[in-house]
Amino acid sequence: MAVVFEKTTGLVPGKETHYCPGCTHGIIHRLVGEVLVELGVLDKAVGVAPVGCSVLAYEYFNCDMHEASHGRAPAVATGIKRVLPENVVFTYQGDGDLASIGTAEIVHAAHRGEKITTIFVNNAIYGMTGGQMAPTTLIGQKATTAPLGRTVEHSGMPLKVSEMFATIHGAAFIERVSVDSAPNIRKAKKAIKEAFQCQLDGKGFSMVEVLSTCPTNWGLTPVDSLKWLKENMMPYYPLGNFRRPGEDE
Amino acid sequence: MAKVLMKGNEAIGAAAINAGCKYFFGYPITPQNELPEYMSKEMPNNDGVFLQAESEVAAINMVYGAAGAGARVMTSSSSPGIALKQEGITYIAGAELPCVIVNIVRGGPGLGGIQPAQSDYNQVTRGGGNGDYKLLCYAPANLQEMVDLIQESFDAADYYRNPVMVVGDGMIGQMMEPIEFKKVESTRTLPEKNWATIGTGGTRKPNIINSLALDPQELEYHNHKLQRKYAEMKEKEVRFENYNMENAEVVIVAYGTTSRIAKNAIKALKEEGVNVGLIRPITLWPYPEKAFDEIPADCKSVLTVEMSEGQMIDDVRLSVNGKFPVDFYGRSGGMIPTPEAIADKVKEIIGGAK
Repeated sequence: MAVVFEKTTGLVPGKETHYCPGCTHGIIHRLVGEVLVELGVLDKAVGVAPVGCSVLAYEYFNCDMHEASHGRAPAVATGIKRVLPENVVFTYQGDGDLASIGTAEIVHAAHRGEKITTIFVNNAIYGMTGGQMAPTTLIGQKATTAPLGRTVEHSGMPLKVSEMFATIHGAAFIERVSVDSAPNIRKAKKAIKEAFQCQLDGKGFSMVEVLSTCPTNWGLTPVDSLKWLKENMMPYYPLGNFRRPGEDE
Repeated sequence: MAKVLMKGNEAIGAAAINAGCKYFFGYPITPQNELPEYMSKEMPNNDGVFLQAESEVAAINMVYGAAGAGARVMTSSSSPGIALKQEGITYIAGAELPCVIVNIVRGGPGLGGIQPAQSDYNQVTRGGGNGDYKLLCYAPANLQEMVDLIQESFDAADYYRNPVMVVGDGMIGQMMEPIEFKKVESTRTLPEKNWATIGTGGTRKPNIINSLALDPQELEYHNHKLQRKYAEMKEKEVRFENYNMENAEVVIVAYGTTSRIAKNAIKALKEEGVNVGLIRPITLWPYPEKAFDEIPADCKSVLTVEMSEGQMIDDVRLSVNGKFPVDFYGRSGGMIPTPEAIADKVKEIIGGAK
């Protein structure tokens, strides 16, 4: 019989994740694992795990891993990459970690053109701590710390991270993707591969923002979550490339 | 090697490079700026990397990453900056990584001032960050000792897999003294860094640098392991200097540059026929409790002198353990005690005891 699908060796074999049913973190992990294997860099990769839902990512990626404090993954990755310029260094961060507490670290890693790759998982909510409002939470979206829904007057508009990074010279590759459908998952993988290739080519900082679901804290089924992502997140957070190496403002 | 005249902050940098430090992550704050400035100039000439971070928080987390990758790495700051670094320091201690942190202390609280102080004693000896952890903490009194302790700090950090802090007040950072850079052979057998995250190379299972343990029993075991390490430090790493202790009527306890001022007071008092001893802790943690065994039985007072409103005095009281009266003289905010003021305090104590 022909083999039609194999689990990637980029993830620790046989390891079950703690992610909730229907959460798309698993897909994003797989894509990163596959890319590391396909680029032949798994054995020289060092990943930095965040604080948040993917805090245990260090148990899942089948490469050397370093667990950072909340928001500081890009600074930790900077330290690693400066010591090991020939290695492949990446951070895997959620929207609370990257877009709230860690804005200084991620902006300045990009600004320095730090040759690291960031996988930024945006599900518009704090998942691990139980569904609090994130900087990326949509207007009208309910959260445990925005029980009546987010308002512009009180919390401002949701932060568009990729658009902001499009203005930073050191950010060589910035793309927003989604994992809500098979075609989009294929595009997401292509972007993640291009981001890591950008690092291998020494072009500068690279980041892929991945729109992701949180069925548990959104209070939706996995299928409805994918639908909600498409109907609510994608209009505000348009998919597409924001920067490629060689392009300048 | 001939002696060279150097400013304290620059001498720290030179000593670190001599000790094999290859990475320095810093952030500007007075009165330690000459150290990152020196490193920015000298690191590239020594096959190393200097990077100015966007904040103290980022700098210590860069140290966390570099230490995890197996490098000899250093950062420096001054009091409010060290407060910001405490988050990273507790992670580094929890993950058991080696690094050296220099704190050139200035007056506080808050933004405080930029003049010398010793009001970080609690911040550096009581952890400062969350959790049960300790830093090996050296407090040199002159630049030669500072330079010698920098080499020792890197070795001790590697040996224990623990952050080491070197504490100097603003005077240590800013003063110039002649220094001899000696090639010191390490007295320790340093373990191989086979835990470092440098890529598996396809030859081993992944290494993980981490301070998270969600299972409470696992975390308690981890804490017990750390405590065993701290117990070993207490047994092996205590350093102090006892001076003029024989028949001392009063024993002063002072560290860093304050101890030098105290020595001047002791010499002046000797000429007046008053015999005063000095206990000078060189390690602030582990604290040199055994130094207090040498206090003469008829000593009238143990006088703590600090450039603070009284922080080390708690450890003095614990070490004295009720055997002698404990007195205090301190200046704060960047004010420096004079030998005369210390001598007057001694005379006041002796007078009061009569």
